[in-house]
Amino acid sequence: MTAPAAAPGAGPGAAPRRDVRRVRFGHVLSSEWTKIATVRSTFWTLLAGAVVVIGFSALWALAFTASYDQMSARDRATFTPMLPTQVAYYFGLVVFGALGVLVITAEHGTGMIKTALTAVPRRAAYLAAKTVVLGAVVLVVGIVVTFASFYAAQGILASKHLDGSIGDPGVLRAVIGGGIYLALVAILALGIGTLLRHTAGSIVLLFVVLFVLGIAGGFLPSSWGDTVNKFLPSNAGGAILDPVHKSGSLAPWTGLGVFAIYTAVVFAAALILFERRDA
Amino acid sequence: MIEARGLTKRYGDTTAVDRATFGVAPGRVTGFLGPNGAGKTTTMRMILGLDRPTAGEVTVHGRRYRTLGAPLREVGALLDARNVHGGRTAYNHLLCLAKSNAIPRRRVDEVLDLVGLGSVAKKRSKGFSLGMGQRLGIAAALLGDPAVLMFDEPVNGLDPEGILWIRTLMRRLAREGRTVFVSSHLMSEMALTAEHLVVIGRGRILADTGMAEFIGANATSHVLVRSPQLTELARLLAGPGRRLEPEPDGALRVYGAPAARIGDVAAEHGLRLHELATVQPSLEEAFMRLTGETVEYHAGVPGAPDPGGAVPPGSVPPGAAAPGAGG
Repeated sequence: MTAPAAAPGAGPGAAPRRDVRRVRFGHVLSSEWTKIATVRSTFWTLLAGAVVVIGFSALWALAFTASYDQMSARDRATFTPMLPTQVAYYFGLVVFGALGVLVITAEHGTGMIKTALTAVPRRAAYLAAKTVVLGAVVLVVGIVVTFASFYAAQGILASKHLDGSIGDPGVLRAVIGGGIYLALVAILALGIGTLLRHTAGSIVLLFVVLFVLGIAGGFLPSSWGDTVNKFLPSNAGGAILDPVHKSGSLAPWTGLGVFAIYTAVVFAAALILFERRDA
Repeated sequence: MIEARGLTKRYGDTTAVDRATFGVAPGRVTGFLGPNGAGKTTTMRMILGLDRPTAGEVTVHGRRYRTLGAPLREVGALLDARNVHGGRTAYNHLLCLAKSNAIPRRRVDEVLDLVGLGSVAKKRSKGFSLGMGQRLGIAAALLGDPAVLMFDEPVNGLDPEGILWIRTLMRRLAREGRTVFVSSHLMSEMALTAEHLVVIGRGRILADTGMAEFIGANATSHVLVRSPQLTELARLLAGPGRRLEPEPDGALRVYGAPAARIGDVAAEHGLRLHELATVQPSLEEAFMRLTGETVEYHAGVPGAPDPGGAVPPGSVPPGAAAPGAGG
């Protein structure tokens, strides 16, 4: 066995010095923006989210106005002009979440993550840039979609003079807050995707967290189940969509804050693992 | 300049890289040679900060990769050409990488032309052939005009023309004063491209030396003799320190005597010679000898997998022995 020779000294022309433009976080952000804007799945996922939220909102408004005359006074009393949007959100959340999952799992699935991390080896900065870009995109699209969903429903509700105005108490807060909620859902999904590194598994887990937990919570005995229910992710986050604070749920911003804490916890776990794991 | 000191990577009970210490100097092509599964890729992944070493460290220009501010402008690497998002066009893929390292946009067009992908720049890379993917990976490596370049098995999937192209490219990059570190399990490819060798087997560095020294130290030259009076000549040549091996085609291999001495002996005894040639040892021979030893070294390990996956001499694909073979 040949003994390894001593490391050779600097040969001719060692490390040519060149002008080095400093890389700032803005460059990483710009790179992540280019990434999200140059794959078709982004467009299709956002379009699907828009169609689902606006479409279900309109459908539900149609069904509600059609059966309004046969409704009991009690059912009529629980109605608010935001209700169609709230119903549509049940289905829309997972679609916007899927975008958050894909932003990271598509890179793991294709191997792009290895190329990307050789370009940006500071992983916290990498994940932060992804989060900021994803959050901003979903926030803007989410607010626009929520507005559209609100107005689509009001147009239909107007036939029974049930329509509300954006100026009604709590409505504007619900619409804007809804956009923030969607952005948080996308970031939570990015965290789950980073933890699991697998598209299908992450979407299933997201579905369980946002959908199944809420349904399962309904079966708990009301003595203590009511308290637990308030804090379940979808119930806490969904509180922001109520123009009026309903008993049995958290106050709107408190609820959204609780959801933000869940997101932060998942995200922190994701970041720690992302830093430690081999890519 | 790449320096590894005691670099180790363990996965559970398996040691993929075992206390590897070596240096890769600028200005020449350094071959990273070893059979499949010897730890070449794992070592390169640790150099790039993708995998965390279990022990030891590796630096590029004296710094750990993860601390580099603009890594693409210091190190360009091609690990696996499939490590791209196929839904993105070649141009956009490179643009994403360029932006993250503050590399100007025009450089993207430059490297696309350089690797010959200019005409498919706007095509999504999922439709690329393996060879085109490889060129895209090389374009990404060259993007930041880095002083250090690493290629993991770069000739995989390339046609003979592509192989020649990458060989020329690597030599040119080294001539420009850059550090070029290229891994391969193809010994003939290394023989043609590399001037310096780091040899790895079962995770251990077996040699870190010049190509010529490596061959000289691990294989010996011999003299090939043909003569109608070979039996007589053989009797005269036999002696201490000499080894004679008949070739299947009737020639004789003589170890331990220079061609001049053999010619003199033949002349003194009036024996006719039809051929007298000094045969330099090949990289293959040197490598087989070296890995043969590592196999023995590990032979006693219970449950050890197949002996180092040592590459049989006949396994070199035809493309690798293209123009200029035997250099």
